[in-house]
Amino acid sequence: MSKVEFNKETGPREVFCGLTSIVWLHRRMPDAFFLVVGSRTCAHLIQSAAGVMIFAEPRFGTAILEEKDLAGLADAHEELDRVVNDLIARRPEIKTLFLVGSCPSEVIKLDLATVAEKLNKRFLGQVRFVNYSGSGIETTFTQGEDGALKALIPLMDSSDEEKLLLVGTLANNVEDRFKKIFRNLGISNIESFPPRQSTELPKIGKNTKVLLTQPYLSDTVRDLKHRGCEIISAPFPLGIEGSTEWFLAAAKAFKISELKVHEIISPLINRAKLALESHKEILKGKRLFLLPESQLEISLARFLHNECQMDLIEVGTPYLNKDLMKEEINLLPDNTKIVEGQHVERQLDRVRESNPDLVVCGMGLANPLEAEGISTKWSIEMVFSPIHGIDQAADLAGLFSKPLKRNQILTSKTLVTH
Amino acid sequence: MELTLWTYEGPPHVGAMRIASSMKDIHYVLHAPQGDTYADLLFTMIERRGQRPPVTYTTFQARDLGGDTAELVKKNIKEAVERFKPKTLLVGESCTAELIQDQPGALAKGMGFDMPIVNLELPAYSKKENWGASETFYQLTRTLLKEKVSSSDKINPLRWRELGRRPKVNILGPSLLGFRCRDDVIEIQRILSEQGIDTNVVAPLGASPDDIERLIDAEINICLYQEIAEASCEWLKRNFGMEYTNTIPIGIKNTIEFINEVHEKLDLPLTNREELENKSKLPWYSKSVDSNYLTGKRVFIFGDGTHAIAAAKIAKEELGFEVVGLGTYSREMARQVRATAKDLNVEALITNNYLEVEDAMKKAAPELVLGTQMERHSAKRLGIPCSVISTPMHVQDVPARYSPQMGWEGANVIFDDWVHPLMMGLEEHLIDMFKHDFEFVDGHQSHLGHTATNKNNILNSDEKKEKNSKEGIIWTESGRAELTKVPFFVRGKVKTNTEKYAILRGIPEISDETLYDAKAYFS
Repeated sequence: MSKVEFNKETGPREVFCGLTSIVWLHRRMPDAFFLVVGSRTCAHLIQSAAGVMIFAEPRFGTAILEEKDLAGLADAHEELDRVVNDLIARRPEIKTLFLVGSCPSEVIKLDLATVAEKLNKRFLGQVRFVNYSGSGIETTFTQGEDGALKALIPLMDSSDEEKLLLVGTLANNVEDRFKKIFRNLGISNIESFPPRQSTELPKIGKNTKVLLTQPYLSDTVRDLKHRGCEIISAPFPLGIEGSTEWFLAAAKAFKISELKVHEIISPLINRAKLALESHKEILKGKRLFLLPESQLEISLARFLHNECQMDLIEVGTPYLNKDLMKEEINLLPDNTKIVEGQHVERQLDRVRESNPDLVVCGMGLANPLEAEGISTKWSIEMVFSPIHGIDQAADLAGLFSKPLKRNQILTSKTLVTH
Repeated sequence: MELTLWTYEGPPHVGAMRIASSMKDIHYVLHAPQGDTYADLLFTMIERRGQRPPVTYTTFQARDLGGDTAELVKKNIKEAVERFKPKTLLVGESCTAELIQDQPGALAKGMGFDMPIVNLELPAYSKKENWGASETFYQLTRTLLKEKVSSSDKINPLRWRELGRRPKVNILGPSLLGFRCRDDVIEIQRILSEQGIDTNVVAPLGASPDDIERLIDAEINICLYQEIAEASCEWLKRNFGMEYTNTIPIGIKNTIEFINEVHEKLDLPLTNREELENKSKLPWYSKSVDSNYLTGKRVFIFGDGTHAIAAAKIAKEELGFEVVGLGTYSREMARQVRATAKDLNVEALITNNYLEVEDAMKKAAPELVLGTQMERHSAKRLGIPCSVISTPMHVQDVPARYSPQMGWEGANVIFDDWVHPLMMGLEEHLIDMFKHDFEFVDGHQSHLGHTATNKNNILNSDEKKEKNSKEGIIWTESGRAELTKVPFFVRGKVKTNTEKYAILRGIPEISDETLYDAKAYFS
């Protein structure tokens, strides 16, 4: 392991909670509905965080707890039953309903598992119910996906068939590309989790080789291991280097020669390097500060340093699973400063002191930092854009080069913000 | 439990944040878990604010619940006070913290600070954002002025004469994330100033705690947005005898009525009444022949109480529309909206459910919708032109240019914003006349730029084009499949570029790989 500096920080945070991941999960599985059991704050968070109010009737909603639910005047279980009945009557196309716990439902200890169990019996053969928590007291942003996937594992049948299982939500076009490349490598049995339809869950067992596409799935990995799956240790498929290592690790698990991998992916690598060039021109030597949010920060730092030659000031992450991130950390330059957790005020002090060229941060902080003359990139875009794989390396770099390019065009530094 | 997909208002602590963020020298310590910080982006993204809201979130976690969350609250209060040095501290809790009952306000008061501390108790499970804003502004006003209640005589609205100066008023209610508040304040101050009336304090927008303490230097209060300021105005009236205005100066008639009301309350003679009607272009524009076509246009109105009521009056009396639906999500103003609806012979729709609003909209079959950003989406789906008149709003509804809703310029803005989505007078006439000519494109909707049917046409013609290719280049199945995955709005460009690349390289067949080669080549 390279000599990376690990730090921990606690204090006030500026991050999303796990409910936010519903925004991309519901798109991945169009036959599922995500019902948050929470407060008006939860409903307001989801609609504000993603600006997704373009849908007439989204496939997510909030059962808002009211005074009478809390005072015990209404039986919360009965109330939830009523809401679910109405919802299913209105949306008969729903095949899987996720009951998503929130901060208030966790604090009042609303037992969603029992509710799900009862509903499963009632709607047997029509709708399946699973539950997980996306609460802010337990989860950050992308950890919501970890919870949702973990909740689906018990529904997955067992099979000893040899297969490659890609785990973590991918954009559909990226998933298709990956599958094609794996087929070219000679791996024919490939499935994805989460699948594109919630009812088409892959079967798993001792010959399932799991290849993670996202770095934030600690609990899911643990449960897949319990089901006998083999976890392929690899960096994550962001950038050319990460993706190459990722393909190599998968090939090794399937006893495919390195030579074969290089033969298949080297044309991809060559054109990706070509495409990366113009972005590297802009990013080279620029100093980067990543605030914690998506857990993609370490992989992004690795890509932006190793392939785009950016200098790393600080790499924040809301949560660090050293085991899962082992391969990534190995690829980081020596003396990289990783900070797990956050004290947002102290971290912003460090941002200002270090005078970075680019800060990766949440939307709440982006404009205030821009107003101070510091260029920013919103981290939420990483989870909405197709950024995985060799073919997307230049697009990924483009997310970071664009604000710098814009900053060069617009040179005025002393803007008054109203 | 209430099933909610989209909500018109946030929780009450977001209302408190609107007050804190609108003001100077205030800090708000909010006992809340991580995730609740999302509310910052309402200010930094929708309003494009260059400053973070002055809020510290205690960020308690599940593991803190077994321990001492009260200590965590105190630690955060201490740090926030040291770092931000506010003149007044607001302390409150969000929905989750309300359940664990740490009473952060009481904790803060026990910490021995010199500054005034406002303990905000905003019931998250029964109240909403506007109520929270109103309550916060009221509690803040009360805290900062309560010591002066007994020592002050009732304020005589005519005292400006004895004092030998121009009359002074406060403008209360404008806040961040309110609809066009920034510009309304400028417009109203300008109008008052023309009438010889000075502004003492504008609050909460731009005010400091010191300014709140100075509120009683004015003779009367202008209650600009009842949702936010009525409770404070009422308290100031009860305790200091300060009169406040009831007319909301949106539209020509209401602006004149408002000026009248202010003059009456101050016993100030109104000398230039005749000039007032011509301060705005709306009356003449509305009378000009092109506006004939506006007569009887069916309009559906939904928004907060203040803006919905004003819009109904303007629509009917100043533009000659027919109001076919009126409603609000502001339950606090339901009574007034119902009264207005009754005068218009429609049934008021009081609801939080945007789907109910969409259904009502569909049934009313309007030609124009005036609503919030929810109704903008609904109207778009139904293919009806829409103008946004109220929060909740989109970043687009915070324009760079001066565009108030109130006063003379507000009336100009309203004329343009409501009428432009419609077809112009002669245009409508000509389209009607020529629509049977063969050149006429079916579904012509002038410059409205919708709807779904048009989009389908683009897609279909795109797909047709994909099957043929120029220069004899063949699209293989994999190439075509890949092309369909490209979003439709850039598909044409990707197709052209790929073909250009194939020609350049002498590639006869375009596969998915060619697509990516071309992408890399042109990037």
